[in-house]
Amino acid sequence: MSADRLAEVSDLFVVAAVLLYLFSMVGFALELAFGRARADAPAARAKVPVTVGGGDTGDADAAVPAGVESPSWAPKAGVAALALGWLGWAANLAAIVTRGLSVDRWPWGNMYEFVVAICFAAVTTFLAIQFRQNARFLGAFVMVTATLGLGFAVKVLYTAAGPVVPALNSYWVAIHVTAAILASGLFILAGVAGILYLVRGDGLSRLPSRADLERVAHRVIVLAFPVWTFAVIAGALWADKAWGRYWGWDPKEVWAFITWVAYAAYLHARVTAGWRGRAATIVQLIAFACLLFNLIGVNIFISGLHSYADVSS
Amino acid sequence: MAVKELEKEQAPRPAGFGALGWARWAWRTLTSMKTALILLFLFALASVPGSLVPQRGVEPDKVARLFQQSPALAEWYDRFQLFDVFTSVWFAAIYLLLFTSLVGCIIPRTATYFREVRRRPPAAPRNLARLPHHAAFAGDLTVEEAARRLRARRFRVDTGDGWVAAEKGYLRETGNLLFHISLLGLLVAVGMGSLYGYRGNVLVVEGDGFANTVANYDRFIPGREVSAESLEPFSFELKDFKATYQVQGDKRGQELDYSAYLRVNDSPTAPARDYELKVNEPLEINGTQTYLIGHGYAPVFKVTDGQGQVAFDGPVPCLIEHKPTLTSGCVVKAPDARPGQLGFLLRFLPTSVPLTDGTYASAFPGELQPEVQVLGAFTGDFGVRSGRPQSVYQLAPPDLMKKLKPLVMGTSVPKPLPVGQSLDLPKGAGKLEFTGVREWITLQVAYDPGRVPALLAAALATVSIAASLTIRRRRVWVRIGGKDGAGEKGTVEVGGLTRTEGSAAGFAEEFDDIVKVLSAGDKDVR
Ligand code: HEM
Repeated sequence: MSADRLAEVSDLFVVAAVLLYLFSMVGFALELAFGRARADAPAARAKVPVTVGGGDTGDADAAVPAGVESPSWAPKAGVAALALGWLGWAANLAAIVTRGLSVDRWPWGNMYEFVVAICFAAVTTFLAIQFRQNARFLGAFVMVTATLGLGFAVKVLYTAAGPVVPALNSYWVAIHVTAAILASGLFILAGVAGILYLVRGDGLSRLPSRADLERVAHRVIVLAFPVWTFAVIAGALWADKAWGRYWGWDPKEVWAFITWVAYAAYLHARVTAGWRGRAATIVQLIAFACLLFNLIGVNIFISGLHSYADVSS
Repeated sequence: MAVKELEKEQAPRPAGFGALGWARWAWRTLTSMKTALILLFLFALASVPGSLVPQRGVEPDKVARLFQQSPALAEWYDRFQLFDVFTSVWFAAIYLLLFTSLVGCIIPRTATYFREVRRRPPAAPRNLARLPHHAAFAGDLTVEEAARRLRARRFRVDTGDGWVAAEKGYLRETGNLLFHISLLGLLVAVGMGSLYGYRGNVLVVEGDGFANTVANYDRFIPGREVSAESLEPFSFELKDFKATYQVQGDKRGQELDYSAYLRVNDSPTAPARDYELKVNEPLEINGTQTYLIGHGYAPVFKVTDGQGQVAFDGPVPCLIEHKPTLTSGCVVKAPDARPGQLGFLLRFLPTSVPLTDGTYASAFPGELQPEVQVLGAFTGDFGVRSGRPQSVYQLAPPDLMKKLKPLVMGTSVPKPLPVGQSLDLPKGAGKLEFTGVREWITLQVAYDPGRVPALLAAALATVSIAASLTIRRRRVWVRIGGKDGAGEKGTVEVGGLTRTEGSAAGFAEEFDDIVKVLSAGDKDVR
């Protein structure tokens, strides 16, 4: 296939991914809406029976029967949504791969490609969590985020396939940007959980329990923080090679630093008396806002070396 | 360290008004978790203006423009050091407090850590069934065998009469401490770099050379401890420069790659060697790095004055006006011309094409049809000998500019000159000849002795934070032969807990595995 043809195929795959994520979201939403409501009790799994092999010890245990009996098809909607999510994931992956083949470089050289990849990372994380524990309760919210993210990329950020400026033509793209994408995907998942935490009231609700949300958010951030640290350091190494200094307080660097410090503050808040739970979640969301601002705001509102607007000195 | 131990109690008010009491209270408060958290917040918040207000170290031209456009605002910004956020007093105050707090945090925790590491795992609690994880099975496991199997799983083990206590995951605290210590290391490395390092920029035209001395830089930013003699004595000549551009499609004209071909002398006595300098591949000489930052055109001109003497002959670096096509603005000054000084404002078009309205523009950044447009030719005093600082990109300071006498201007401007052509000034005032095209590069030379230490500290920080966040402390106890610890055949009880909040789910699996390993060779798992 020619490069142009591949680029077109990639664009089609992105549209397919948007639609599949959308359908998947509907499925998850149906399961949530017609499934059982949950009390806001901490997931009490204190004693784990020694008998091994009990499969689904997921959220069903923590669920408290609500007044109305839920229809039996509700869980099936969730499973179907999961399948659709995987299909969307495959389309998203195909879009990235064909884009990469068409431009013959790592397919994250501009904002459009970057956001497509981040959505992919977020969905991958969500789907991967499914192997360890049932987190379908997050599905609808992850999928709506991915749909909006991809839609935003296509509508606002779209850039035709093409080469990048020489400074971006480096193996450091593979290292630094990949790590940033991975960490951002993970942080998005934590952000979704954090927002739900604040939206959810204390009592019985169709939304997942606060303890579950907290746990998912913390687990994901614990993975993402070292990856983000690595991404920032790899970026510094690259800047050292490309621009002659490893750290120059360029706006993008400033915000990467702010994001990093804010997530460190979250990790501290979780172990500081009086800051657990709600306050820590708010800190997490502030950090998440910094991440998003760095991703979108800095590229659009503030010019710097990273925006490649004018590299001449 | 258990979570509870970490939360220092709110520091109690000092009992008396003794200086020592106050000092202790201040130290306690400074090193409390809550203060650390607030300082972290301040640290992040204080960086924000650094991205919104132009910074002197990053965009000095923007700072200068702000001073011109709104002097009052700029002065207020300057008063609060907002143009130098990251070297400002208040920013330093925040991070010095934070790192003092960090030291105050690390020291006692390191002491605790060494005590903990040497301590044996605590003896089994009386009732293992009360622990979060518990199992029991019948078997003939002995204390020695249980200890052996747990050791094989890299637990630290202590045994007693009928019981085994095991603990694992000390690396978590190791990682946490190393992480915080490496942050300190990073701060020191960065500080060292800014004291003993320097950075300089210079523009070099093809055919010219550069020797690394302070005087040769266009801009030089030394650290406080840098002396002129400490610069690495290398030099090089720019033999050639080559850039390639995208020829087709939407991104036509975009740079694909560029290289500067240097002939380098590592020291005055060293033999010359060739080096191809590229964007992501700096030239390193003894820790001093030379980077290729940008490039542009330097057309070569020859100015002959009214008396037939050559008043100027050489390349003129032009300022890029339009990056995608490398349309550039040039200034040629011939202060030695007689009877009057001569000056020219020119526009360089690397690939000149005529437009329908009769004007010319550059269609491509590559040098396919290089031509020079003469925008104006002047005579008069350009202020070159006034002793005032001069810009090579400016014909004359604004006040002198008004007094210049135009020789050629506006509508009388002829067609652009291709290479080899010349423009004769009216009334025999002289001649401008466009003799060739060279290219210039801008370089950044940087020496930073903190680079490698900073990298090591940062790498250590990443590894140790990963360890700290993914490893959990866990304890397992085994009691054999019932509560009295008779050590005979009978029931084996296993209990376990993790000392890290929020990791119960993961530990459950591991605990199951441990129970399986312990009960292996026994009949049933109850
Ligand atoms: C430069 C500023 C600092 C940064 C970037 C930072 C970052 C971090 C990070 C990312 C963690 C999570 C690692 C883990 O949980 O094991 C952490 C944990 C911790 N930090 Fe800091 N820290 C800083 C300063 C401080 C200070 C000043 C203190 C003491 C007052 C402190 C005390 C702690 C403690 C006790 C933990 C352990 C929390 C736990 O076990 O989960 N940190 N820090």
